[in-house]
Amino acid sequence: MSKATRQAFGESLARLGETHPEIVVLDADLAKSTKSEIFAKKFPERFYEMGIQEANMIGVAAGLSFTGKLPFLCSFGCFLTGRYDTIRLSVAYSQANVRLIGTHAGIGIGDDGHSQMGLEDISLMRALPTMGVFQPMDARETELIMDYLVKDWKGPAYLRLTRQALTDYYPAGAAFKPGKIMELRKANAGKKRVMCIASGGTVGEAMQAAELLEAQGVSLSVWNAHSLKPFDDAGTIAAAQGAELVVAVEDHSVIGGLGSCVAEALAQTSQHPRLLKLGVQDTFGESGDPAELYEKHGISAKQIAARTLAALSVGK
Amino acid sequence: MHDKNRAKELSLIANRLRISILEMITKAKSGHPGGSLSTIDLITALWFQEMRGVESPQKLSEDRDRFVLSKGHAVPALYAVLAEKGFISHDELGSLRMTGSRLQGHPDRVRLPIVEASTGSLGQGLSVAQGIAMGLKADGKKSLVYCMVGDGEIQEGQIWEAAMSAPKFKLSNLCLILDNNGGQIDGPVSEVMPIEPILDKWTAFGWHVIEIDGHDMSQILRAYAQVRTLHAEGGTKPVFILAQTIKGKGVSFMERKIEWHGSAPKIDETARAIQELELLIASVGI
Repeated sequence: MSKATRQAFGESLARLGETHPEIVVLDADLAKSTKSEIFAKKFPERFYEMGIQEANMIGVAAGLSFTGKLPFLCSFGCFLTGRYDTIRLSVAYSQANVRLIGTHAGIGIGDDGHSQMGLEDISLMRALPTMGVFQPMDARETELIMDYLVKDWKGPAYLRLTRQALTDYYPAGAAFKPGKIMELRKANAGKKRVMCIASGGTVGEAMQAAELLEAQGVSLSVWNAHSLKPFDDAGTIAAAQGAELVVAVEDHSVIGGLGSCVAEALAQTSQHPRLLKLGVQDTFGESGDPAELYEKHGISAKQIAARTLAALSVGK
Repeated sequence: MHDKNRAKELSLIANRLRISILEMITKAKSGHPGGSLSTIDLITALWFQEMRGVESPQKLSEDRDRFVLSKGHAVPALYAVLAEKGFISHDELGSLRMTGSRLQGHPDRVRLPIVEASTGSLGQGLSVAQGIAMGLKADGKKSLVYCMVGDGEIQEGQIWEAAMSAPKFKLSNLCLILDNNGGQIDGPVSEVMPIEPILDKWTAFGWHVIEIDGHDMSQILRAYAQVRTLHAEGGTKPVFILAQTIKGKGVSFMERKIEWHGSAPKIDETARAIQELELLIASVGI
């Protein structure tokens, strides 16, 4: 099964709206794309169409939270980070209990090109004190994070979602451990050990890359990071122990995203494996077929496998 | 409606608060006297006469009226009011801008919740006030939300997003007050980036507009009373009050002088200013 995480988000929001009357939803003329329209149809009196005014929407959401509401404000990730100053002061510094929903993450959106792609959102949001930054790998994990963001999280949080459908990888029945990385695939003993960590749209690619590498005598352990902030430093350091190489794979700039989180964690230890950061390499996004773009920018299963092998051979 | 004596009393309070503002900024050795002095009559009338549910810290209720100071650099004016009303101590005013103080250089709702919104990056407070007004309206509360902006501030694009948005939601519980003191850091507003015709713009965006002399206490009180009446009688428009003010009002050597936008007076200058204000207070009497 596969589903876009934005779709799973819209359905979760409508489900949670039933038991949480404090939830209100705002969108800036993208409700059909962010899937907030599912909530809007069910609870029209708690949905605010804010027009193409992202900055005002962010400030209004902060104000609503000060009256006890739990606002979810939705747009493409890149359009939210474009109003960074408003997020910085009216939401983060104000400790507004607001959920910022940034859809259309990364080059995975394909055709529309750079201007619609959230490629720096994790980096920018992570820099704001107290801001939580989350990214689900599939529909099930989206539901679990949504439950967590409604029932447990206090203060501002950013949720990063994909336009494209993502294959289900969340292990059936697995307990949700907020802020912790999760092992989806174990490395086989006796083979070269590589730890691969991914988040959101690249988790499936990493899982497939593991199959490709197995035939080459390299065994990948694959980890999922749903929380970029707080980031599981201790879990990452432990998971990397004994590995020859750590590979971080993200559909985001390699500056300030998952790869940076991993680097910051590993650098705290005196001895750690080398790190290969796969992602958008300090360049702009572009139009194209999503699968072709993943290939071109080195985050497809095939490219992850090839670049892992290349890094291992260089390390010899 | 409000008798002349009450207007006189409020002017007296405002002038006493002017002294407090100057003392605060002088001690901090930095701050914005010009815009604090231009706005203090308007803020005093709100907190000492018009706003409901903020009579004292003990009485603070969820049904209170809210005040958002979007022109956050004028916060000494608000701190002076809060001290006079007992929300903070007079001693605490001396901690303005000091390390560890709740009295940050610009309003901080986490450290000092009564300021309602953290501001200081201009153009943001009106959106936050709109959100508060929407939340209160959704809950069926009667409370009003006041937001104070500077004239230079409405050069910000986000202001016009909110200007377009608030009328859509029929927020008659939202009142925007423009402190039109004519000056901003780099010079006269009319030269830096003209904002006229102000009333035409806000009227065209769908606001109920009122123009007053922002230092005439009777006019201020009448305008505020009108805002409450419009809301109570089922108004459908947010209200925009254009308050004509004088930067540095009340201190002869500061009035209309751009250089007093963001610099603190020296001790002897403050002494002269206070002397002037005390003479003024004594001459008015009650």
